[in-house]
Amino acid sequence: MSISQSQRQTSTSGDTKTPPSAPRSIFSKVTGGGLAHGLLTNKKALFGLTILFLFVVLAVLAPVLMPGNPSNFTADVSAAPSADHWLGTTAKGQDVLALTLWGSRSSLSVGFAVGLIATFIGCLVGIASAYFGKVTDELLSLLTNIFLLIPGLPLLVVLAAFLPPGPATVVIVLVITGWAGSARVLRSQALSIRGKDFLASAIVTGEKTWRIMFLEIMPNMASIVMSTLLGCIIYGIGAQAGLEFLGLGDTSSVSWGTNLYWANNDGAMMTGDWWVLIPSGLAIALIAFALAMINYAVDEVTNPRLRAEKKD
Amino acid sequence: MRFLLRRLGFYLIAFWACITLNFFLPRLMPGDPVSRMFAQVQTQMRPDQIAALRQLFGLTNKPLWQQYLDYIGNIFRGNMGISLSRFPTPVSSVISSEIGWTLLLGATSLIIAVVLGNLLGIIAAWRRGKFLDSVFPPLLVFVGSFPYFWLAMAALYLFGIVLGWFPLNHAFTDGVEPSFSFSYVADVANHLVLPALTIVLVSIGGWMLGMRNTMIATTAEDYITMARAKGLRSGRIMFHYAARNAMLPSITAFGMSLGFVVGGALLTETVFAYPGIGYQLLNSVQALDYPLTQGIFLTITTAVLAANFLVDIIYVRLDPRVRVS
Repeated sequence: MSISQSQRQTSTSGDTKTPPSAPRSIFSKVTGGGLAHGLLTNKKALFGLTILFLFVVLAVLAPVLMPGNPSNFTADVSAAPSADHWLGTTAKGQDVLALTLWGSRSSLSVGFAVGLIATFIGCLVGIASAYFGKVTDELLSLLTNIFLLIPGLPLLVVLAAFLPPGPATVVIVLVITGWAGSARVLRSQALSIRGKDFLASAIVTGEKTWRIMFLEIMPNMASIVMSTLLGCIIYGIGAQAGLEFLGLGDTSSVSWGTNLYWANNDGAMMTGDWWVLIPSGLAIALIAFALAMINYAVDEVTNPRLRAEKKD
Repeated sequence: MRFLLRRLGFYLIAFWACITLNFFLPRLMPGDPVSRMFAQVQTQMRPDQIAALRQLFGLTNKPLWQQYLDYIGNIFRGNMGISLSRFPTPVSSVISSEIGWTLLLGATSLIIAVVLGNLLGIIAAWRRGKFLDSVFPPLLVFVGSFPYFWLAMAALYLFGIVLGWFPLNHAFTDGVEPSFSFSYVADVANHLVLPALTIVLVSIGGWMLGMRNTMIATTAEDYITMARAKGLRSGRIMFHYAARNAMLPSITAFGMSLGFVVGGALLTETVFAYPGIGYQLLNSVQALDYPLTQGIFLTITTAVLAANFLVDIIYVRLDPRVRVS
């Protein structure tokens, strides 16, 4: 409450005396620097960031830790975890640890690519919708709502069926089905900023439209953009795995989704090779959990009402 | 009334967008999926059936706008073509024979998840920081982080293969005649447990957290303080005052999640070989059975749109503010 009051005061008094960019520094203190500090002192965020960092390091170091093609067959077939193969081998004799490590490269890069692109489109549509208003808003909202309503996975399956297979297709299809949610959230947030005085002054001083959209509005909703981005990355990683598990992704590549697809195809469950199934699924869950934890931390840092009451 | 008409208009536009998407997708695809499909079935078709298919996929010499009008006309007459993988069954009868299973699975798991999740959310918000509030949310978020299909596989492996408590696949035991006898219903229920359980497990966390957060905002309202001051019983304030008002976002989410259930059921159905339309959609895609793929996609979308409109109607009854504005 007190934050928004102080914002309103400074922005109304700042209209005549200070240049239009001045209120931004006040906001950024709340959303930018405060957010980073809040995250680094938040237990959930630290936990999430640590796991995320670990995964990224392992993905980058995969060629060093497990050199050679992870799909190569070894002499051991369906071997349980042992000193030679820490996580066992598949029915074809591939090393599960190598598959999981190498799989993280594809899963993480597709997930982050989908998250970034979907959030960017969401920002573009959401902010444009709120900023221009009127007919633009009506049309963009209509488009957003239609995409929100069409059931995602069936659309994913149909699109993947008609498009030629490949990593680019996976990203495109996931972005098409994933951008609408972020657009809706970002639009409603941008709408609340649209009415603020510092924006009116930015328009009067003749700032360019894209500058207002991306340098005036967007920094002021940094925390929402951030949590949208995290949500989109979680969606991207999970949906890619689902798509590839169904055999509709890029089955020739190595990712967590294709690992599970082949495990299922080779009947790992029926033969009791549980070690083939666990690592990739657990990896997806861990990374999604880590991102979700960071997301909740962002929520808690920016919305004090959600913080659990501390007992003094 | 104006609100409902606006919504109806929106759903009609959404429906039109889906039909249009369905119409243009096979026509815009690079390569030629249609001739691939034709190559595999041409031998077993009558010439007039081939002609009908050509029309469905725009392999005629008619201009595009006329094909488009023909297509829309066919949809409204319920004519979605003939399934190729189940030749010569019409697409509409393939769908109607399978949609019941999806509805059964989806409705069962959705209702359990919504009721249980909301109840947990209400209690967690009411007893902030206590056991339920501090243990359940992170636990459910962690369970919800697992991929849908992976959890299904784990449940299948653990309860189906290792422990042998539940059947491994299909909606009822092979060879059993569907009837309204107790043993048949029990058999169906037995086959339903694992698929429904996995959907509930994955989705319940979202319901709980959503309800908890709105509930926390609601409990800060003045009328709750007033109710407390009047000395009402705690349970009465919790359910009749706070929860009733915190329910509204959940109802909107219910409409949205119908699509998620139909979609999510696709993965669950695949793992359990459950004969719903999600499983059929995947099979049709793998068999290059485009008429069936399109028919199922259109059916799912229509069902979701209709369900959302129903939720809107209920919403108007529940929230008087919508009626006024």
